[in-house]
Amino acid sequence: MNVLQFVANLFVNVGAWMGEVLHGWGLSPLWTAIVVKFLAGLVVAGGPLAAVLFLIWYARKVIGRIQDRMGPTNDGTAAGPFALLQAVADAIKMLTKEFIFPHGRDKVVFLIAPVLVVAVAVAIWAVIPFGPPDAGMQFVDLNIGVFYVVALASLTFFSMLMAGWSSHNKYANLGAFRAVSMIVSYEIPQMLALLVPVMLAGTMGMQGLINAQEVPFIVMAPIPALIYFLAMTAEVGRLPFEQAEADAEIVAGYFIEYSGMLFGAFYLAEFINNLSASFVFSVLFLGGWRGPWVEQAPILGLVWLSLKAFLVFSVLTFFWGAMPRLRIDHILGFSWKFLTPLALVMLMVTALVDKIVQIVGERGPSPSVSPWTRAGWLFLANAIVALVTAWVLYQVEKRQRAQREARRFAVVR
Amino acid sequence: MSQYALIGLYFVIAIIFGVAPPLLAWLLSPKKPNRYKGEVYESGLKTFGPTWIRFKPQYYLFALAFLVFDVEAALLLPWAVAYLWLPLYAVIEAILFLLILVIGLVYVWRKGWLTWM
Repeated sequence: MNVLQFVANLFVNVGAWMGEVLHGWGLSPLWTAIVVKFLAGLVVAGGPLAAVLFLIWYARKVIGRIQDRMGPTNDGTAAGPFALLQAVADAIKMLTKEFIFPHGRDKVVFLIAPVLVVAVAVAIWAVIPFGPPDAGMQFVDLNIGVFYVVALASLTFFSMLMAGWSSHNKYANLGAFRAVSMIVSYEIPQMLALLVPVMLAGTMGMQGLINAQEVPFIVMAPIPALIYFLAMTAEVGRLPFEQAEADAEIVAGYFIEYSGMLFGAFYLAEFINNLSASFVFSVLFLGGWRGPWVEQAPILGLVWLSLKAFLVFSVLTFFWGAMPRLRIDHILGFSWKFLTPLALVMLMVTALVDKIVQIVGERGPSPSVSPWTRAGWLFLANAIVALVTAWVLYQVEKRQRAQREARRFAVVR
Repeated sequence: MSQYALIGLYFVIAIIFGVAPPLLAWLLSPKKPNRYKGEVYESGLKTFGPTWIRFKPQYYLFALAFLVFDVEAALLLPWAVAYLWLPLYAVIEAILFLLILVIGLVYVWRKGWLTWM
């Protein structure tokens, strides 16, 4: 096969070639498979790390421009053209900083927390589908793919608690409690909103979800997509939900007492979590690796998915640059009193409308419903719920304003 | 089952990636511990009051509410996976289940569990 054909199905071909090489060196087929899979795992785990180096630069440039300044530049310091190597310079700096251990810390737990947070952030990437099935572009296609991602994302708050509690510092403690209560409150709308694509696709596996998205789920379920996006923004601790690392308030929150690479581990894990959240959102709602010409050249699936995830990551970065930090009781109230009821209502409405469309479609001229009909009815249902929600919010706002006015005029006596 | 063996292999890789940066930094960094460096950070003041502050009961209430709704969501997952092949009455049953839990949310709301004191 020529070069283009080799590159079109790159990972399968490279894997096969490597398998042949290892077999030629005398390894048994079982060990060959294990070694090839291990190398594939290193690539899957190392890819996000390399991407994060670029993304840190991108985020800092974008935030700088939003704030009417240049961001990292190359004047006076050698950080590559346009300061692209800034993140590399930061990494080298962090690797050579002294570890300053606070007295009275919990020695073992203090060290486990940063290791755990990075390990979990990397472990999520095992199930991300970078390309069509049978193209060697997903480490493992678990049939509980989405559930695996949610379960691992919940492990990050363990490391937050461990870091905050073991640091022997009041601010770290406070920061850890607040961060944990925020993350725990946003797990519920996230899981409920996640149930909608799982329902529409009939499977939790990542490839199955992409398979069912001839019409992307963001069209079929825009409100669950919005709920999931907001909940995901809170889960990764991105502004406006940045209680975990409130820079100006509690001075870096639960990782105050961490220095050098231990802090670097938390920082790295936060960026990797942002990226994996963007990838998962793209798989769930934007159609994953779908795009033109993917059947002929599976490697294009990686390109399309990365573009979609980059778009989502850009939106998260704009949030970081442009939004203020919300107060913890506003954040918790928003989750419990708005997102959770809305997610429950959307789940009920989507289930009912989709089932009715399916039943009516089965009795009609053709036995199955076209995805566009289904999408149309579901979009309409979402639009109606959005209008009703807006009306309810307007009534609530009117009542609250009337109460505030009454209180103001009562004092004048 | 071999899928989970692959996940186990991947966990090994993930742990390697977790341990490697701090280990590398430990090898490369200077080690000069010093009494003043190890003091508790409190924006430059000496630390004041007991360090492990009292745990506000509000956090416990949020965790309890989270527990109830998380179990509900976990129980809904198998229903969601089987949804496409279920008849209409199964959907009505699930909606009743959700309504019972909505009543729970309203109760928790009215009792004041969800306000931050």
